[in-house]
Amino acid sequence: MADIKNLRTSAETGLSKLFETTRQSLATHEQIAREEAFKFFEATGLPSRRVEAFKYTDLRAAIVEAAPPAEAPSADAAKAAISSAKGLANVEAVRLTFVNGHLVAGLSDLGRVPAGVTVTPLNEALAKGDVRLGQLAPVEQTRENPIYQLNTAFLADGALISVEAGARVETPVHLRFVGTGETAFSTATRVLVTVGEGAEFSLFETHEGPNGIAYQPNDVVDAVIADKATLRHTRLNREGDKAVALSTIAARLGAEAHIESVNLVFGGALSRHQIYLHFAGENATATVNGAAMLGDGQLADSTLLADHAAVGGVSREQFKTVIDGDATGVFQGKIIVRQIAQQTDGKMKSDCLLLTDEGQMMNKPELEIFADDVACGHGATCGAPDEELLFYLMARGLPKPVAESLLVQAFIGEALESVTHDGARNALIGEVEGWLKARG
Amino acid sequence: MPAVQETIDRVRSIDLDQYKYGFETTIEMEKSERGLSEDVIRFISAKKDEPEWMLEWRLDAYRRWLTMQEPNWARVSYDKIDYNNLYYYAAPKRKAAQSLDEIDPEILKTYEKLGIPLREVEVLEGIAPERRVAVDAVFDSVSVATTFKKELSKAGVIFMPISEALREYPDLVRKYLGSVVPVTDNFFATLNSAVFSDGSFVYIPPGVRCPMELSTYFRINERDTGQFERTLIIADKGSYVSYLEGCTAPKRDDNQLHAAVVELVALEDAEIKYSTVQNWYPGDNEGKGGIYNFVTKRGDCRGDRSKISWTQVETGSAITWKYPSCILRGDDSRGEFYSIAVSNGMQQVDSGTKMIHLGKNTTSRIISKGISAGRSQNTYRGLVSAHKKAKGARNFTNCDSLLIGDQCGAHTVPYIESKNASAVFEHEATTSKISEDQKFYCQQRGLSEEEATALIVNGFVRDVLQQLPMEFAVEAQKLISISLEGSVG
Repeated sequence: MADIKNLRTSAETGLSKLFETTRQSLATHEQIAREEAFKFFEATGLPSRRVEAFKYTDLRAAIVEAAPPAEAPSADAAKAAISSAKGLANVEAVRLTFVNGHLVAGLSDLGRVPAGVTVTPLNEALAKGDVRLGQLAPVEQTRENPIYQLNTAFLADGALISVEAGARVETPVHLRFVGTGETAFSTATRVLVTVGEGAEFSLFETHEGPNGIAYQPNDVVDAVIADKATLRHTRLNREGDKAVALSTIAARLGAEAHIESVNLVFGGALSRHQIYLHFAGENATATVNGAAMLGDGQLADSTLLADHAAVGGVSREQFKTVIDGDATGVFQGKIIVRQIAQQTDGKMKSDCLLLTDEGQMMNKPELEIFADDVACGHGATCGAPDEELLFYLMARGLPKPVAESLLVQAFIGEALESVTHDGARNALIGEVEGWLKARG
Repeated sequence: MPAVQETIDRVRSIDLDQYKYGFETTIEMEKSERGLSEDVIRFISAKKDEPEWMLEWRLDAYRRWLTMQEPNWARVSYDKIDYNNLYYYAAPKRKAAQSLDEIDPEILKTYEKLGIPLREVEVLEGIAPERRVAVDAVFDSVSVATTFKKELSKAGVIFMPISEALREYPDLVRKYLGSVVPVTDNFFATLNSAVFSDGSFVYIPPGVRCPMELSTYFRINERDTGQFERTLIIADKGSYVSYLEGCTAPKRDDNQLHAAVVELVALEDAEIKYSTVQNWYPGDNEGKGGIYNFVTKRGDCRGDRSKISWTQVETGSAITWKYPSCILRGDDSRGEFYSIAVSNGMQQVDSGTKMIHLGKNTTSRIISKGISAGRSQNTYRGLVSAHKKAKGARNFTNCDSLLIGDQCGAHTVPYIESKNASAVFEHEATTSKISEDQKFYCQQRGLSEEEATALIVNGFVRDVLQQLPMEFAVEAQKLISISLEGSVG
């Protein structure tokens, strides 16, 4: 029996070289954490489809060359870049602008941060020792994840957002990520959000970038949600059409804490959004939804891990994928219920509408249960729009494309309904309508 | 909610400590030398008096196996198997018997004890005398008796040990052997291809409905041996066969390996029904001993409108690694998988199915029920895929798991891959999709929602169990009354 070893790809060798050169320029703090993260990555390499968690999203094949980390942009370039950033632009919020993965203070509302919230640029927070990189991993399983570890190794910028205990913050903070450039580049950002006991906070994320450039963003949000606190998280992916966009949100929930997270995907040649939830306190609840609308040549992967480690947790996950052209949708969800987590109630569902015969959908909804007094379920469906429903609408005088659009909108709408913030929800619905209009 | 008392009692009644078949038969055995090498393969092939091409086939498989890695993706853990410390061939020393009178009386006694009739006048326990079953009895590496051969051959049905078929119908075997599970399929199937010793061969000619149920009974007896049987069933156009498989092994403190391959081929309009009651020795409550059951079972619905149906009741083995699958190649073909897997003690089960839709309007249905108790781990792992050309493919999957106690685990790992829009796949792992109308009807008559759900689901499970042939009635009966209350999804 022979041991099989993968040869290193050009991208892997490239990443090693990049790490060699950038490690000098990185801030001296947290050197050990970065070295360890890169060591982990070097041992695993870029995950191929032989790695179970990446079975449908072969990063080894998708990332042909490692793109160099993007430099901080000039003020003019940054300004030009955000002028085209439209995602959630009309929703009232305090904005933090990241251009090519660097926080641009001049284009951010750092002076307008709502009461009860403190925002510190990550490098400043690390330098001051306010936070350590090790602390930035609120969910244990992220340590085994090559995307998360690559982010740690190449981390260039980010922010530390702290919400005071008891603060009910009405104005959302909007993290606006914009990419710009003529050639391929990579970014690695990390935002740490701590929501104090009983506090409520809304966070928006939008990701946009140039078409035609194979840039490689890798963005992480770490959230620590204290007892009885609530985090509402709305994310919009409008990355460029050649981007290989990797992202992670990892949240640790205290007792009776709540997270609401919605991710709407339109962009990227390949996108993978990872959601890690750790139910650390009793009776914590989570509503995590995702929607993806994909066209020719796109692959969008939503990977979810909900780890119930305390009594009485409730999780609801709903993912909707609409596939046009020869796109591929991937959903991998896993609910873990530990022995201690009795009375857990977990429900996970992934539905897919295939609009063409060329598209494909891969569903893998997993359960891993060690407690006997729980109610967990998962469901997965896949198929074309219902002929009968189409007929019903057409019989009422709607042309077929309009009828189909209506059905698609209703289908996707279910996943967006959970967005509490009216403005954000309407903006997302507007985006869906825009996609359907462009499709014609 | 936790499992109800009735269910707990039922599962206990099929507990490990009550393993009835753990006795050992003392007879003189002839074995190959310990370990695996080309010489051992030549020895096995020579023992079976096989044609030259068969030896080459085995050697090719062995050379390929040397380059392969043992799979580690299943949710099971066990100490590394020392493949060079096993016997790959063990057979009773007495020469091959021509009639029952020549068989070693010890072996006859063994089958008597197991309730397996080797005399044609006898019938299986609990079965009406008019229902006859032809039995092929495999003892370690060889088939010791096959009943009703003559009567079956009158109908044109070939039912014999595969080693005999290799001699008598070499062209037929050569045409189909390895055509469903290729030599290079996976680590254990490749190992089996290199060293398989016996198993059953079945051929049902066109248009024939097999006049009786066929069954093979596998018994591992010898210490330190592995059993590597190979079963090949071909149902020619428009034919039908129902085949049963049973297996047991002595209680021992060390683990034994069982790596079988089963290949089914259904041509146009043919139907194969394959039922298993897997009752290998599961080891004791501390996880000592037991069989490693690493089996590759696959059916190929090669012809249009063909049908393959797998039914399995799994209660034995220390470790089960088994995924009976259907390749739905013919248009309008149908695959079914009904499974009940009960794990207890330290057992580990990683089992499920694959439904691969290739032809147009193919349909498949998966019903799986996993019950884990003690400190066992029970995983359902299944794949449903529709190829681009599988227009109008349909699948319905329902898998439920039940945990009894808080020391065990139940896991579900389904893969659902759809590559065309007209394929409709539905997967659910809860009881939530029970018809609202039926529930409403029951509730109108005074049942609570939970009672109504349990009633409907139990009615449904009964249907599944009724798919099992009578021969399995005893085991199945125990499982029938297990309710789905407390099912965790």
